[in-house]
Amino acid sequence: MFDENELKKIEELKRHYPQGKAVLLPVLWMIQEKYGWISTDSMKFAGDLLGIPYEHILGVVSFYTMFNEHPVGKYNLQVCTNVACMLRGGYELFKYISDKLGINNKETTSDGMFTIEEVECLGSCATAPMMQVNNKEYYENLTTEKIDDLIKDFQNNHKLT
Amino acid sequence: MAYRTYLMVCAGTGCVANQSIKIKDTLIKELEKKGLQDEVAVVTTGCNGFCGVGPIMVVQPDGIFYQLLKSSDIPYLVEEHLIKGRPVKKFMYIPSEKEPPIPKMSDIDFFKKQVLIALRNRGLIDPEKIEEYIARGGYSGLAKALTEMTPDQVINEVKKSGLRGRGGGGFPTGIKWETMKKVPGDVRFVICNADEGDPGAFMDRSIIESDPHAVIEGMLIGAYGMGSTQGYVYIRNEYPIALERLLKAIAQAKEYGLLGENIFGTDFKFDIRIIRGAGAFVCGESTALMASIQGMPGEPRAKYVHTVEKGLFDFPTCLNNVETWANVPQIIQKGAEWFTQIGTGDVTNDPWGGSKGTKVFSLTGKVVNTGLVEVPMGITLREIIYDIGGGIKDGKKIKAVQTGGPSGGFIPESMLDLPVDFDELTKVGSMMGSGGMIIADEDNCIVDMAKYFLNFTQEESCGKCIPCREGTKRMYDILENISVGKGTEEDLELLEDLSYMVVESSLCALGGSAPNPVLTSLKYFKDEYLTHVREKKCPAKACRQLNVYTIDEEICATVGHGCDLCKKSCPDFAIFGETKKAHHIDQMKCHKCGACYDACNFKAIKVE
Repeated sequence: MFDENELKKIEELKRHYPQGKAVLLPVLWMIQEKYGWISTDSMKFAGDLLGIPYEHILGVVSFYTMFNEHPVGKYNLQVCTNVACMLRGGYELFKYISDKLGINNKETTSDGMFTIEEVECLGSCATAPMMQVNNKEYYENLTTEKIDDLIKDFQNNHKLT
Repeated sequence: MAYRTYLMVCAGTGCVANQSIKIKDTLIKELEKKGLQDEVAVVTTGCNGFCGVGPIMVVQPDGIFYQLLKSSDIPYLVEEHLIKGRPVKKFMYIPSEKEPPIPKMSDIDFFKKQVLIALRNRGLIDPEKIEEYIARGGYSGLAKALTEMTPDQVINEVKKSGLRGRGGGGFPTGIKWETMKKVPGDVRFVICNADEGDPGAFMDRSIIESDPHAVIEGMLIGAYGMGSTQGYVYIRNEYPIALERLLKAIAQAKEYGLLGENIFGTDFKFDIRIIRGAGAFVCGESTALMASIQGMPGEPRAKYVHTVEKGLFDFPTCLNNVETWANVPQIIQKGAEWFTQIGTGDVTNDPWGGSKGTKVFSLTGKVVNTGLVEVPMGITLREIIYDIGGGIKDGKKIKAVQTGGPSGGFIPESMLDLPVDFDELTKVGSMMGSGGMIIADEDNCIVDMAKYFLNFTQEESCGKCIPCREGTKRMYDILENISVGKGTEEDLELLEDLSYMVVESSLCALGGSAPNPVLTSLKYFKDEYLTHVREKKCPAKACRQLNVYTIDEEICATVGHGCDLCKKSCPDFAIFGETKKAHHIDQMKCHKCGACYDACNFKAIKVE
């Protein structure tokens, strides 16, 4: 699951907290960033590594919305439908993408390229509606035309910065 | 080497998403091409706040403001402005069609009425360079605290300043610090709450992006005052740029000896660690946040024991919001007296006696100038919306201002002259909140918006206590019924009763304030609710289930030439009519989804 360097990093992290459990969130992030999602096996692995029962870890993973319990597509389109975006057409945009790709919330296209997800406020309200891709890049002031271009771009292997 | 001109390119999240990095690269290339690279410097700055017109560039020292730039504009701009010395009018800000463009940033209304304390360095420094922060007087507040003041004097100064918690609660910061100081024990923590989750709010993100060192300095001063050696910043993972800048800033501060052992040659030591959230709104609540740092699900606990006595890992812990921390260095550097000159009320004897200093708001929704504004406390909502925000988009009428996100309330137009102040906003049933300010116009339905906020809170409720978990869900169900025409007048009473029940019996502030949008909308917009339940109509036409869709056959036939778009879009096959001839909707089959209305390019679909 982890190589030597990563294990070393976790040991280093442990020294900074009075309780071992506190390392759990950082470790879960490491897993997700490496594998894209958090599987049952990786939760068990983390549990053995940190001496935390699997049940607790499952509780934590399912509590936080940003941890993926299932594999996601290469491009995870996180469309904000929170109030500022809603007022400027966030829901319409979400529906447009969902229709275009033929998938519903938190579903992945059969070719494994796209996942679409409705998310809460990403703090980019002045340039609403917007979406974030793979927890990284922001795309703002979106229109259906821009979405068409972007999806075409992604299909042609657009590289995220 | 000194440059004659500096091009300050905004690299806040909003401008980056609109290609400002590409603009920076094109500028550098273009300058080299023209041989200007030794005369003109390109600097990337933090968020300017005027995100609605990004990407933004300011030419200093003249302060010429350019907006909505494209990289293809750059060669022309360099040629005209930097070589020929003629600022380019077409890239300047134009207040309205009838008015001439405004060249100078300081003359634009959006910036004119702002008073900057927490955001004082925005757009002026490169947030990734500690040297520039220091050059603007950064870390001199810390130096003053460490070398000239005792910890008690520091706390006293903050207490005298009347600074109140900018996260929304408005608890006097000095009192919190003093209480923590009195708790015995060696180990104690300070936390910066950067888990900004309020819908429509991005103040904390912008502060960290444009001036991360201000937050670090604030935490250092607080830690010195309260005797802490370890700080944590809990930042939501949704903010990649802010996270990266903060990490860089901490590394730089360590390099400069401003974090670590023997800071400024004294025996004060302090370190900061960053904890990333994982997408839970409730983690903005102090006890939930601490649970999250400890590796638990972010569930709050009852606060009969305050966190300043028993908080993170059961040690005394002082948690403040990003904006609160960012205010501290200025207060120490310039003194409490300077700070109390700005704002409302009198805090000399009563820390709750007024609201001092400034507040950062994120102005969003149906307003012309969207973005981030820092205004003195006591300014009226009208000044913010009309003078700074430039009024309502498309000349529409304002309906309400929503402050404080899901914990705040709707304020009607008749109350726009209300001064912005912690206590005044609470009095009318809303709250300052962390600073989200969402403007709704006549096209927005109040029931729909209240329903939206309830949907948000019921989804984000952690589920630990029943009033919040079940109560908000039931309130949402009632609102949903009203919005599809199944509501009755009794429902409105039930909704109000349920609201008070949830307010009074919830465990934490999430549930305790969740009904505010409903209560204020019932109070100020009762008529609109009544129209929904009595006439089964939505005046704003936003609740689609209450609308009746018809086709204006004349427009359809003559302007649209029976284009068939509506027919294709209708999931119920309720639209009939031959191509090139007028269409009509079979009301019996129509499920009122509004797809035809969205599809029609000729405005032939009428809504009643």
